[in-house]
Amino acid sequence: MSVTKAAPNAAFAKQFSELIQQTEAPEIRELREAAFAAFLELGIPSVKLEAWKYTNMAPIAAIDWKIQGKISSIPKSDPPLADLLRGFRFTRNGFTALNVAFGEFAVIRVPAETKLDPPIEISCSAEAGSIYTPHLLVILEPGSKATLIESFATADNGFTNSVLRVFVGKGAALTHYRLQNDSAGAFNYGLTEIFIDRGGFYDATSINIGARLSRHDIEAVFTAPGGEARVDGLYLLGGRQHHDTHSVIDHRVGHCASRQNYKGILGDASRGVFNGIVYVREGAAGTDAQQSNKNLLLSNDARVDTKPQLEIFNDDVKCSHGATVGQLEEEELFYLRTRGLPEVLARNLLIYGFAEEIIEKIEIAEIKRNIDAALLDHLKTGI
Amino acid sequence: MLLEVKDLHAGIDGKEILKGLNLRVEKGEVHAIMGPNGSGKSTLSKVLAGHPSYQVISGEVLFEGRNLIELEPDERAREGVFMAFQYPVEVPGVSNAQFLRLAYNEKQKYLGREELDPLEFNDYLKEKAKIVEMDPQFFKRSVNEGFSGGEKKRNEILQMAVLDPKLAILDETDSGLDIDALRIVAEGVNKLRSKDKAIILVTHYQRLLNYIQPDFVHVLADGRIVKEGGKELAIELEEKGYDWVKAAGRR
Repeated sequence: MSVTKAAPNAAFAKQFSELIQQTEAPEIRELREAAFAAFLELGIPSVKLEAWKYTNMAPIAAIDWKIQGKISSIPKSDPPLADLLRGFRFTRNGFTALNVAFGEFAVIRVPAETKLDPPIEISCSAEAGSIYTPHLLVILEPGSKATLIESFATADNGFTNSVLRVFVGKGAALTHYRLQNDSAGAFNYGLTEIFIDRGGFYDATSINIGARLSRHDIEAVFTAPGGEARVDGLYLLGGRQHHDTHSVIDHRVGHCASRQNYKGILGDASRGVFNGIVYVREGAAGTDAQQSNKNLLLSNDARVDTKPQLEIFNDDVKCSHGATVGQLEEEELFYLRTRGLPEVLARNLLIYGFAEEIIEKIEIAEIKRNIDAALLDHLKTGI
Repeated sequence: MLLEVKDLHAGIDGKEILKGLNLRVEKGEVHAIMGPNGSGKSTLSKVLAGHPSYQVISGEVLFEGRNLIELEPDERAREGVFMAFQYPVEVPGVSNAQFLRLAYNEKQKYLGREELDPLEFNDYLKEKAKIVEMDPQFFKRSVNEGFSGGEKKRNEILQMAVLDPKLAILDETDSGLDIDALRIVAEGVNKLRSKDKAIILVTHYQRLLNYIQPDFVHVLADGRIVKEGGKELAIELEEKGYDWVKAAGRR
């Protein structure tokens, strides 16, 4: 028996037996049963696990959850949903297992050589006392192009536990905005898994503003040469918020490029975690990978644990990585103040500028405005 | 009297650098403060602007009769003191236009005058940018980020033009400028010269003074003004170097 799991909530078993009776497709039933068994085995992730040592999910284990959503309906797809789902390693942790057991499945397919306009918008928001477990597959067929806006607005004491799997086909391109603006008392776990085929392009910007306890796992895999990924993000934390981003960028094949730029702004007694691994596998020649994580601590009580890692099993590569943790530069502050900006405004302007490097990349004006507004609201300032 | 510095002793990290400096500046005057490296020129600029790392040990600095030392750097700015930096700071993510409008409106608010909205301000900024021949494309760029040395110095003078100070201290504004940039910066400053405002040029070399003619030249050595004169003093310094004034300072 593993000592690393917390006791899963007994209420799940009853809800699961009700669900399984309503699930008509036998293959899906089988999958759910296997996933639920895995969840019972794995439990809510414990801090005793290396990958979870900075992020204590115990508050989630302490709540009697109700499952939210229309989870018994099975979307039609080609190939059948069960085949699509089978490739998913739901045993990575208790949350991914729970997600599949209760998964509200959906498939979005962008046809070959099609530019989808306007953006695909999905929102994933658990209600108070509920777990919401969306499981979305986005398939970009060869040569297609789309923008996906995934937003979260989980209620206080709600828990959104989501899985998003993205398949970027040959020469396809996806711009992905992941906007987590949950209520201050919400919980959020999300896994984003991306497979990038030959010449595919995945460009992500992940904004984490809300929730009391949140974690985002990213796993991007290059499956054929010529792919490119930009995996950027911002976490803006205050109060006693805790956010954790765990990212894996896997150069399984050569001649792909990845860029990762994550920034954190941490005030009050908030806590951030960034753990990013870039793998350059044996034979992945001509890899070009860059990773950066910069953090701005606004208070002595704020804390961040950052660990950028490069694991290279190949010589012919161009890789760099780095992390910084710092406070506002006194010279920058002085400069702004000599132009007449009061200290608080000068500070806020510098913080805003720090975040802007990530925000200004957003191409949809309305989203950019909303995030700017959320940032200014967070800083309690007008700029 | 616009600025009156009386027996000023100041320094950094417990080290006294200014050792009894006196200076009087009237509206409409241009003063050059010259001196060798380490004489205290930069310290004087920073003390006047209110840099938090520098401490005033004793003496007085009066700006329009008010004790300047007790004011925060931003209050000094809104009262009308401006310093152009020797090394202007880069502020990534904040556009020049956004920054200048905030600064301008803070001053307007302080003085009880009308603030400008982004459109109105843009027109105002375009006018001011002509003074330093600055392309409006610079408005959208982050403050000083990726600017050349010359562009940064021009941007400082643009800020001076926008904020319209009563007293402008230009700290080594000529350093690192090629001849074209120097000309543009100097012409910009000359256009901003007026009977209502005073300018203090802090410089090591006489070069800038070929373009901006000072009314008074003060030579600083070892934290004190050791020689004063008109613009001909700058030429004399250029010919003889600083050694003879340093010797005078030790006496």
